[in-house]
Amino acid sequence: MLLIEILPDKCDFCGCCVGVCPEDAIELKEAEITIIEELCTNCVKCVWSCPIEVLKFNKNLAKANNENRI
Amino acid sequence: MKTEYDIIVVGAGPAGSLAAKFAAEQGVSVLMLEKDRDVGYPVRCGEAVSMAGLKEFIEPDPKWIATEITKFSFISPDKTKIEVEFEGKGCILERKIFDYELANIAAKVGTDILTRAYVNGIISENGKTAGVKFEYRGEQKEVKSKIVIAADGVESRVGRWAGLKTHSDFRAMESGIQITASNINVDQNTCYFYWGNIYAPQGYLWVFPKGNGLANIGLAITGDIGKKRSALSYLNEFMETHYPNASLLSQVAGGIPFTPTLEKIVAPGIMLVGDAARQINPLSGGGIISGMIGGSIAGKVAGEAIINDALDSIFTYEKKWHDRLGKRHEMFNRIKNGIYNLTDEKYNNIAHDLKKIPKNKITLGQIAKTAVVNKPSLLLDVAKTFF
Repeated sequence: MLLIEILPDKCDFCGCCVGVCPEDAIELKEAEITIIEELCTNCVKCVWSCPIEVLKFNKNLAKANNENRI
Repeated sequence: MKTEYDIIVVGAGPAGSLAAKFAAEQGVSVLMLEKDRDVGYPVRCGEAVSMAGLKEFIEPDPKWIATEITKFSFISPDKTKIEVEFEGKGCILERKIFDYELANIAAKVGTDILTRAYVNGIISENGKTAGVKFEYRGEQKEVKSKIVIAADGVESRVGRWAGLKTHSDFRAMESGIQITASNINVDQNTCYFYWGNIYAPQGYLWVFPKGNGLANIGLAITGDIGKKRSALSYLNEFMETHYPNASLLSQVAGGIPFTPTLEKIVAPGIMLVGDAARQINPLSGGGIISGMIGGSIAGKVAGEAIINDALDSIFTYEKKWHDRLGKRHEMFNRIKNGIYNLTDEKYNNIAHDLKKIPKNKITLGQIAKTAVVNKPSLLLDVAKTFF
């Protein structure tokens, strides 16, 4: 389940997240960005590397997901 | 556009354009693909270069030089200022115009160029890269080639698709942000560097003048720092305390891989250049000239490989790059590792010691002596390696 959120309106499409993604799970065109859910492992390295706080780890979703599993 | 080229260059930044130029001028066919609408824009760069570095490839032209640089100013956390006359000269570029010019030079020797050409895969044949797949004007296309030169910047996905290990460790990736602002009252021929954890931990903050009261103000921090606080918030704080009246003409983000060159920058049918190969000075983060050097070597080697019908000879590019700059970058990386984690107190102490040298006597040589006595050869190395 994809737990990383992108706020496209804030994104500058700089590619920093693409460069650090170990799974090549981020697709970036001129002004379009998407995370490929099947490849993403929610490692959050992109979140840490984003210079302008565009990527977020969705804690609520992660929590809900965990509770569902239990 | 033909259906097959000798060489395809992915990315039309300085490294890509130089690669295209040095290949195409040998008479081989070259296609260069740029993802964005415009070559040279958006400008994700501090734009500082040395004149000597430029002159190796192009005669400096006032139309793409914003201002000339003759001085460095280093500012420590307690605001001690060390000024150094710059031996030789540097300049701040107008990359929008400069990158255009480089692409034009590549085009003049026969390179075909497409913009808004989004490369989304490679063609592989018998374990060799044999072309690229890309989206262009809403259509998916394929063009074959004997050699692909990947100049696709910090993202460096093309090399990854060819099996090269191009992704950057987040701790070594500097997350950068920069604004171009007006009403910045600084000397128009001085580059300012702010060092210390209060400005930009594990990185630095720069103020580079662009003439007429404009300046590039930016900073970079590592992903390790970014876990707690973003580059954006550091820059906001600096602007509020230092330039509350600035007007912003532009703001860009960008990743700067502060690492030595990748272990492998060639695989069968593919060569990496510029940021894609991590051909960046890992101490300063400067990558324009080193990318141009990497691109020029790769383009020359690739063109010769085609002409001599000896595609395996592209592997000589690796050694040529390492002999020219790669090994130096490894040394700079060791220096970086030694100084990027100093405390603010240590930065201040170094600045205080340097302050004791009379102003008119301060040269990079003098700083060398002081810095060596102080152990971390911070200022000299940074100054020397930036330009």
